[in-house]
Amino acid sequence: MRIAFRALFFALAAASLAAGPAVAQQKLKIGFITTLSGPQGVIGEHMKNSVELALDHLNRKVGGLETEVIYGDDQFKPDVGKQVADEMLKRHQVDFVAGIIWSNVMMAVSPTVTGAGKIMVGTNAGPSPLAGAQCNPLHINVSWQNDQTPEAMGKYMQDSGVNDVYIMAPNYQAGKDMLTGFKRYYKGRIVDEVYTKLGQADYQAEISQLRARNPKAVFVFYPGGMGIQFLRQYDQAGLRGQIPLYSVYTVDEITLPAVKAAAAGQWETRYWSPDLNTPANHRYVADYRRKYDKWPVFYGAQSYDGIMLIDSAVRATKGNLKDTKALVLAMRKADFQSLRGKFAFNTNNHPIQNFYLLRAVEDKASGEVVMKIQKTVFEAHKDAYYSECKMPW
Amino acid sequence: MTALVLEQALNGLQFGVMLFLLAAGLTLVFGIMNLVNLAHGSLYMVGAYLWVAGMQWTGSYLLGVLIALAGTLVVGMVVEVVALRTLYERDHLDQVLATFGLILFFNELIAILWGRSALYAALPGWLRGHIDLFGGAVYPVYRAAVIAVGLAVAGALWYVVARTRLGMLIRAGASNRTMVAALGVNIRLLYTIVFGFGAALAGLAGLMAGPIYAVQPGMGELILIQVFVVIVIGGIGSIRGAFLGALIVGMVDTMGRAFLKPMLGTVVSPTVADAAGPAIASMLIYLLMAVVLAVRPEGLLPARGS
Repeated sequence: MRIAFRALFFALAAASLAAGPAVAQQKLKIGFITTLSGPQGVIGEHMKNSVELALDHLNRKVGGLETEVIYGDDQFKPDVGKQVADEMLKRHQVDFVAGIIWSNVMMAVSPTVTGAGKIMVGTNAGPSPLAGAQCNPLHINVSWQNDQTPEAMGKYMQDSGVNDVYIMAPNYQAGKDMLTGFKRYYKGRIVDEVYTKLGQADYQAEISQLRARNPKAVFVFYPGGMGIQFLRQYDQAGLRGQIPLYSVYTVDEITLPAVKAAAAGQWETRYWSPDLNTPANHRYVADYRRKYDKWPVFYGAQSYDGIMLIDSAVRATKGNLKDTKALVLAMRKADFQSLRGKFAFNTNNHPIQNFYLLRAVEDKASGEVVMKIQKTVFEAHKDAYYSECKMPW
Repeated sequence: MTALVLEQALNGLQFGVMLFLLAAGLTLVFGIMNLVNLAHGSLYMVGAYLWVAGMQWTGSYLLGVLIALAGTLVVGMVVEVVALRTLYERDHLDQVLATFGLILFFNELIAILWGRSALYAALPGWLRGHIDLFGGAVYPVYRAAVIAVGLAVAGALWYVVARTRLGMLIRAGASNRTMVAALGVNIRLLYTIVFGFGAALAGLAGLMAGPIYAVQPGMGELILIQVFVVIVIGGIGSIRGAFLGALIVGMVDTMGRAFLKPMLGTVVSPTVADAAGPAIASMLIYLLMAVVLAVRPEGLLPARGS
């Protein structure tokens, strides 16, 4: 009886092994999770557009394989994100999960994916635990670690000798991380550090307080709609010409069309910009504008890079999707035409890359307000957490 | 310091009148029709979008305002006739579910018509700039205009409700709907008119919020929570209560955000004040609501006869 069972088991195992690779090679499945509904759905739309553009550029074949991308909407909620990931892993049997805008959603989704033995390709959120103590060989982030961008702004303001800075952010984890990252490189005087309610619409009270303290510069982190409201109100209060405003993730190609001149003169730091001078980026920006009739934004550029990274790894392993170890090793080489130009992965699977200072300026030809690179702040910048990551290379 | 306090008082007043415009319509609908309308914030959003669209179409700020007001009035009446009429006799949970459905409907409709990105909305030149107050404080012209319009509307609303025949019917309908119907008043029409005007007030708040806030799908939900706090504090169904509640909430919220952290800093250590200040400031209006509910569950100025 026992022997019979064992024989049956081996026979089944042998049959499934024999059948396995042949089936797997036919199709590559990527689950792409982002926010597609609600006010934040606009970010997901740009990410989805960019994934589609990447597929166009690859003739709809990622790594030379027939490809199906399954899009999932996390509704800006960690629990929904996890459910969507579970469904993709179990029902759709995806080979990769990519995307994720929000750090809190990423903290829920990444362990689900890596726990199932699949590769998580982060194309936006870079929460510090996943770059440090909780890093995982199967979690690879193609965008940035959260702290890197405000660090670049802190460095720039420190180097240019700006003193008496008033710093503001929404009162939640990412807001605190941004100001912490800023202060890691900015060592000058800080007039006040103000946290506002997440999702707050009216900043007039805070702007009155700010004006009364008379700082030399203001640094803020107000993503999405909060940024639009803050910039409009800062402008209407007459502070635009008076106190220079520096920010991260506040002015981008999504919010610029809503604020236009109210953002003119704004300083930002970023690893990518539509005017970044690489051949791949020229093609991406031109084709994106042609296909979707709007400017691409960094969320999209990263998602495009995410698909290209998967493409490079699948090609390098000759389409053997079962060998996740070989896929990860191939991905770590970052051997693809990234829109940002050549970059490397650090020992925690997060990028080592340049950061630039950008300014919102009026484009002489079109009259639009656009972001333009002013200078390089960091070259080959590593995040602050990689030394806490103990995974073997 | 006095200049700063004055400036913050104006900020609180401005926030208060904005809340009042929303609360007035919501409380009337609740008081008279006994309807919990969660979709009131959607009408605020519709007002903002119609204003932007009207302004782009005509090129004139004031024509945009007229289009938005007329548009939200019509949208409100249509919603009342099509969707809400059947809900008056149902219990509040059904109403909450149905009007929550309306929120989703309006958000998606707006996203289909205008896209999910926030819209650009600029002010005309005569509303830009700022006024110099004494002591070096300055105040944006537009915010001053919001205060003026808000107070004028509050005055007009008081006059209509307290001194006109329509107002009399509204008050009568709030106290005893069956009796008003029995006296031969077309109560259905009255409801449609009241709902339409409530919608237009929400639209007014929305179009005034347009240039300050982000005009995007879902913009109404954030402010609606504070509007419910206003109504609970002021007394459900009472316009005077809504006015008082709105001013209190506007003031408490603004003053809390501005001065709570520095005040805490004089009592406890700065690190504790840094952490606790913003957290308590954002809770302040809810704490206030809890206190009002405990001490005067009917609200500060409850509607008479209810």
